[in-house]
Amino acid sequence: MMVGGTPRERITGNRPWTFRLLVILFTLYMAFLYGPMLVIYVLSFQGENGGVTFPMVGTSVTWFQAILQPGQMANIPVSFSRSVSLAAVVSGLTVVFSVAAGLGFRRNFPGSGVVFYLALASLVMPSLLVGFGIGLGFQFLGWQPSLFTSALGAQLTWTLPFGLFAMFAVVNRFNRSWEEAARDLGASAWQRLRYVTLPILLPGIIGVAMGAFTLSYDEYARTTLTIGPKNTLPLEIYALISSATSPTLFAIGTLTTGGSFLVIAVTLIVVMRLQRRRTAASLKVG
Amino acid sequence: MSAHHTTSFRPVTVPPLAGRKRLTLPAFRLPAWAISWLQVSPLAFILIVLFALPTILFLAVSFFDYDRTGIYPAFILDNYHDLLSTPSTYRVYLSSLKFASIVWAITLFLGFNIAWFLVHHIRSAMVRTVLFLLCAIPFWTSGIIRTIAWIPFLGRNGAFNQILMALHITDKPLEFLLFSDFAVIVTYVHLFTLLMIGPIANSMAKIDPALLEAARDAGASRWQVMLNVVIPLSKTGIALGSILVFTQVMGDYFVVRQMSGGQSASIVSMLSTEIQAMQYPPASANAMVLVVFVAIMVAGMMRVVDVRKELVK
Repeated sequence: MMVGGTPRERITGNRPWTFRLLVILFTLYMAFLYGPMLVIYVLSFQGENGGVTFPMVGTSVTWFQAILQPGQMANIPVSFSRSVSLAAVVSGLTVVFSVAAGLGFRRNFPGSGVVFYLALASLVMPSLLVGFGIGLGFQFLGWQPSLFTSALGAQLTWTLPFGLFAMFAVVNRFNRSWEEAARDLGASAWQRLRYVTLPILLPGIIGVAMGAFTLSYDEYARTTLTIGPKNTLPLEIYALISSATSPTLFAIGTLTTGGSFLVIAVTLIVVMRLQRRRTAASLKVG
Repeated sequence: MSAHHTTSFRPVTVPPLAGRKRLTLPAFRLPAWAISWLQVSPLAFILIVLFALPTILFLAVSFFDYDRTGIYPAFILDNYHDLLSTPSTYRVYLSSLKFASIVWAITLFLGFNIAWFLVHHIRSAMVRTVLFLLCAIPFWTSGIIRTIAWIPFLGRNGAFNQILMALHITDKPLEFLLFSDFAVIVTYVHLFTLLMIGPIANSMAKIDPALLEAARDAGASRWQVMLNVVIPLSKTGIALGSILVFTQVMGDYFVVRQMSGGQSASIVSMLSTEIQAMQYPPASANAMVLVVFVAIMVAGMMRVVDVRKELVK
């Protein structure tokens, strides 16, 4: 637990003046962060004859209905399901590979520096260039780019380094003596991983999974040159913008935020359940 | 930390005590470094095949020759020569660099203070989680939608101008808000501040509160504690956040195109025009120059803070 201030401050609850300043800053940041978001939430209920800017011309749910209908410019439902399935695969692979690599990095091994800088380079590489390189490679090999080959690969060059760096933070907090205790009690390497290491790292692993899912779901620049003929949602949105702007885009934004809140709420409940079960179990043992 | 970790980990099993037989004795045991290799290899393999090889590929293509019908393997420097002798190249790099440094300064200020507020000042873990999530939720909405969300907000009849006029701060709508450098910077800050908050908060969470108390007890002012304890101990997060924000801005091609109203270009939007025209060799040369430029900047930041040493313990 991080507790600020001197003991006297902690007891009386007196906050230093910097606290008030930071509360103001945080509130302003929240206003800045959500201001334009609120505008698009409101505008997504724009009347049937309204446009993408104020004023509102009545209210309607036309634009939400428009999402569900495949239009000439974009097919939102189909591209959405593509995006979600790609994101699920990306997230699964990222968790498995980056958790394994994160555990591997706990020891120093020959070549660890090379892998580290490779991951860093992949993370900071301008996104479109990654897609460009992969797209070129497919063209040279005469392969057709598609969702689960080139696009999946392009997204992994972004989510894997992210997962690895997140795992460094997770693994750093892990106390090695738990594993040693298990070993001393005769647990095999597999048992140690299954019953000790992974359960303790679980909250961090869930974080990596959710992060990778988000990065993949929103990814545009790496995917655009590697996707082939069938678009993901961000690419469809981009197509919508370049053709004609309508409040449909805002309706997508509103739905996304609603969905995010739902997912986060469910995840929070799951994590809290996990923690409660763990506390209960440790009480029973203790 | 690291000394403890390496010494406490014993890759070789302790020999069984005399008189006590172990039931299963592994016939063959991999050395510790080989286990690490196995664990890291899937990730390394993917990055080599899908990141390193394609990069080498466009390095090669950047020396190729091309005309309207195709590209031809060759070793010519014309693509680089053409790129580096065009004044607009320098203009675009300069403008991207300007955006990157302004956005970096703003996101660093915001990210550092917000991270400090969340990690240090918020006492309840529950409240902290909720506030962190509030920072993160807009991140879930597509960056494209978050970018164009600023258009109805900043526009002539936009929400911001309406508020200003309702408060009588101005009596006619401000024109410079949208489709300007200002709009580009606002959008970048909106998109990328979280990239700064995350790594810095992670570094700050590792600071032992006893250190801060010790510094205060030893007579350090708030400012001195910040300068001599908190900032040095958060430098990994600051470096990582800076690298992320900087490279995101340098690699952007959507925001500038959408929000500058055609007044500015970005390096990557220039590049994507060439890709769409199937001029792969000049696009590759352009890409290589950008890669080298970003690599030099990142290496510079890494010289200030050895991120690897701090992260991998």
